Amino acid sequence: MYLLFILLFPLLIGSALLIFKPKNAFAISLATSIIELAATAYVLQQASLSPVSFSAPWVAEAGLSFSLYVDGISGVLIGLCALLVPFIVATTANTDRANNSQFQGLVLAMQTALMGAFLAKDAFLFYFFFEASLLPIYFLAAIYGGENKNAITFKFFVYTLFGSLFFLIALVYVYLLTPGEFHSADIDVLYQTAKGLSADQQGYLFAAFFLAFAIKMPVFPFHTWQPDTYTVAPAQGTMLLSGIMLKMGTYGVIRLVLPMFPLGVATWGLTASILSVIGVIYGSIIAIQQKDAKRLLAYSSFAHVGLMSAGILSGSIEGIQGALYQMVSHGINIIGLFFVIEIIERRTKSREIAQLGGITQFSYPLTVTFVILSLGSVALPLTNGFIGEFLLLKSVFDQNLVLGIIAGITIILGAVYTLRLIQKSMFGNVSRITADFADLTFAEKAVLIPLSALVIVGGIFPSTVLGFSEPAVQQLIQWFK
Amino acid sequence: MSLLFLIPLLPLLGFAINGLAYPKLPKQIAGIIGTIPPLVAFALSLQLFLNFDGQTQILPIADWIKVGSLEIPFAFQIDQLSILMLLVITGVGTLIHVYSIGYMSHDAGFGKFFAFLNLFVFFMLILVLGANFTVLFIGWEGVGLCSYLLIGFWNQKNSYGDAARKAFIMNRIGDLGFLVGIFLLIQDFGTTDYQTIFTAIQSGDYTTDLSIIAFCLFIGAMGKSAQIPLFTWLPDAMAGPTPVSALIHAATMVTAGIYMVIRANTLFEMSPEVLHFVGWIGLATALLGAAIGLFQNDIKKVLAYSTVSQLGYMFMGLGASAYTASFFHVMTHAFFKALLFLGAGSVIHAMSDEQDIRSMGGLKSKMPITFITFMLGTIAIAGIPPFAGFFSKDEILASLYHHDPLMWGLAIVGSALTSFYMFRVFILTFYGEFRGTEKQAHHLHESPITMTLPLIILAVFSVGGGLINLPHFAGGNEFLAHWLAPLLPEAGEAGEVNFLSLEGGAPLLAAFLPAFLAIYVFGMQKSVPSEDAEISGIQKVIYHKFYIDELYDMLFVKPIAFLSNFFFQVIDFLVIDLFVEGLGRFVKYASSEFRRAQTGNVGIYLFCMVAAIVVILFVSLKSTILS
Repeated sequence: MYLLFILLFPLLIGSALLIFKPKNAFAISLATSIIELAATAYVLQQASLSPVSFSAPWVAEAGLSFSLYVDGISGVLIGLCALLVPFIVATTANTDRANNSQFQGLVLAMQTALMGAFLAKDAFLFYFFFEASLLPIYFLAAIYGGENKNAITFKFFVYTLFGSLFFLIALVYVYLLTPGEFHSADIDVLYQTAKGLSADQQGYLFAAFFLAFAIKMPVFPFHTWQPDTYTVAPAQGTMLLSGIMLKMGTYGVIRLVLPMFPLGVATWGLTASILSVIGVIYGSIIAIQQKDAKRLLAYSSFAHVGLMSAGILSGSIEGIQGALYQMVSHGINIIGLFFVIEIIERRTKSREIAQLGGITQFSYPLTVTFVILSLGSVALPLTNGFIGEFLLLKSVFDQNLVLGIIAGITIILGAVYTLRLIQKSMFGNVSRITADFADLTFAEKAVLIPLSALVIVGGIFPSTVLGFSEPAVQQLIQWFK
Repeated sequence: MSLLFLIPLLPLLGFAINGLAYPKLPKQIAGIIGTIPPLVAFALSLQLFLNFDGQTQILPIADWIKVGSLEIPFAFQIDQLSILMLLVITGVGTLIHVYSIGYMSHDAGFGKFFAFLNLFVFFMLILVLGANFTVLFIGWEGVGLCSYLLIGFWNQKNSYGDAARKAFIMNRIGDLGFLVGIFLLIQDFGTTDYQTIFTAIQSGDYTTDLSIIAFCLFIGAMGKSAQIPLFTWLPDAMAGPTPVSALIHAATMVTAGIYMVIRANTLFEMSPEVLHFVGWIGLATALLGAAIGLFQNDIKKVLAYSTVSQLGYMFMGLGASAYTASFFHVMTHAFFKALLFLGAGSVIHAMSDEQDIRSMGGLKSKMPITFITFMLGTIAIAGIPPFAGFFSKDEILASLYHHDPLMWGLAIVGSALTSFYMFRVFILTFYGEFRGTEKQAHHLHESPITMTLPLIILAVFSVGGGLINLPHFAGGNEFLAHWLAPLLPEAGEAGEVNFLSLEGGAPLLAAFLPAFLAIYVFGMQKSVPSEDAEISGIQKVIYHKFYIDELYDMLFVKPIAFLSNFFFQVIDFLVIDLFVEGLGRFVKYASSEFRRAQTGNVGIYLFCMVAAIVVILFVSLKSTILS
């Protein structure tokens, strides 16, 4: 029942916000997300002992059930989601947005969709939430977005919908092969069924599944919706997209693609890894010359997720564990960094790197937290980013030496674009628009300081997460090896 | 022994206090809070040194990364090598903290400076204390971060920020090599623990080509220890405050590469071709650095190129498997180069931030302590007996003589250049007429005690540091060689040196003659280097550091910038997006074509419906009808 609660609670309150439009929507939203976090923490504590599940009939005639479960893998993801949403909500403190209750309602609705995708044990249920999450984020971007928002969000919507169409068709194909009169879309049953398919069939199915997830992450060359959408969406929308939503793609590869189509991965995995690694380098190189700080971070996120994808596709324990850890680290770091850029934009009305400078003279706390979050992003040892990147790079390296070294260049290029962003914004001379830059408010500190602390804590004590997910990952690997 | 964990912890604590309390903490308190941690850590290290029983100890601190069969713990290794490094880091570190109290006294970022210095000491201690390559890597990248923060300490100046970024990025290039080395080690040995790996190597229990691993690790050393081709960041790093140049960019961090090779000597001994490469890279860097140092006019730049060059000597020693000699030079260099940098800092402080030696001169009488200590440092680095640098450099040269006479000969040339450029700087700074402005002349003063005391202590060590490994012929007992012996391969002893032979005499000539030449040219002829615009020919090429920065800019920076724009504007926007949107447009176009079928004429709809039903019926009943 707890699973049902953490799934539906945000939606319930979110709908109430959308309907009743109360004045103190921010406080309600923040309280909701904190209660959600506490409830999720309780679930995770239970799940660390043994997997937790919930099941109810859904479309019994079609063998579909409303089944949810938390094991070491989905646990990391719902933990990430529950952890980040309170921060994302908190970044809206003291912003006088018109129609704030609608905004908060959409954020909470989004949380339910995201939690649902991670909790689902029935593949159609996963698909349902995978698609349902598009709606709240679409409205967030289309209503509250910046310049040219209509064309960009429309492209985003259609592009991702297009990708999941192939996923759906492939899923139905496997589903129809499942035994029994009514068939079943239970993930375990799908594992069994898909494993019996020929290498050719698995190859096609792999392609269809991976396309959907590759667009969601995104992986090169399916990424062109991403920088525009990240740039145009409101900061909180971008945080939801990059911090949590893209992890549906990486999660999908771990949860569905690897165990269902091991032969498909054997045939096409390296190709997919190569595309992912191309994205790592390609995205990093593009980030170097970006003028808009938000777009720079968008490309940086694109580069980071490529490495996760390549690590997962290696199918090794380091790769999957590294990816799970990096999903959490990247989520923490990227929402912190997007918030830093939003803080700058709030005060200077600009995100153009060339126009900034000297902010450290006005805000020491902003500089320190920005630097710490950036260090996490460039994977300095003793930050959370290092653990993930170390394991991911090792897994790619073990799989293919050359690919591993090429992917490793990211630690150089990452430093190039990140340090440039820091220097041009924080250091150097004060510019016209950064003069009189106001120091961080309490609410802003309340977001940035805990996030920065998590960067360090995550770098020193990775075993809390790695130990939690290890048994489930071991089991998964044993299944497809 | 139980207090050992305090050695790195105290500086971390100092960092935390000064970092969090900045800028509210008063300067006096910030200075004391910053200086106590390295001082106490030094005392603890000294105690560790005195009580050391010769047994290597592994101290597990905590689990860190644990995935599948891979286990990387936080663990410290206490042995002869790490103890000596502890002493150097905390000892020289403490002196430089004390010095900084005076040097940075007028700076608004005083507390922040001490926070960063403490953080540096912390990471440097982790680097040498780590019991596996991954913990070493924590320190390795951590000191790189501190170096970045301190080079760019005066962050308002963009060129300083550029220098800081350059240092970090060039180090990261090396770090990638190091990381690949770590991955290879894990592949072969399943661990990054020193002891497990070295025992396995000694018992022949490995499958990969060890020289590839050694080579990858050495790439890391090239970055960190500023060797060709990754050396150009170090001269630029002089943008940082002078105490930083002394501590990080001379005495400690840049010698991490040498420490690492000595630490992994078992691995490198199995890779003779890599050692050969190490030696030649060292030689090339030593000569290049010394050559550029000849014509620099910025006092810190001369010392920076000198550091690059001296690091080259240390790698040359490693290339000849003369680990003790190289480590000896690490230690003596830490003394005299820290002394020279701090001396330069004292001069710069007195000269109101002037760094050009063409504007100095005659400072001898105005700053006697700085003058004398700087002189002692100059004599030490030039290799004049019986100062510290003579013994350590001579040991490297002696081992080269037996290893490869050509390398030895070229190293002697480098030695001569060193002596010349150091005496050039020394004479131009302290002798002759003062060439600065009126205002500067008025301001000239000897530095306060916090600055001169470290100078005096370092001078004592620069003079007497040779005692650490005094050879038998000079009445010593080769303490260092005996101390390090358990960790090193059976050394090929250089044997007794005869000063009347070529082997013994050439280094002496290379130390003395150029010194006299420099004294003659700059002291007696009183010539002053010409203005930048008047330099020409080969001298101009050398003065501009062989245009290596420009070359890198052309080869790497510009092409990557071009690619960045090309990928963004052409590949992303034109090629990929054109395809994506083309697909979208096609769908739109197709739907608009199909829409024409929807004419609104009910008759046609009915006709289509009936036709379709007929077709469906036919298809489904086909088998029945045909049979």
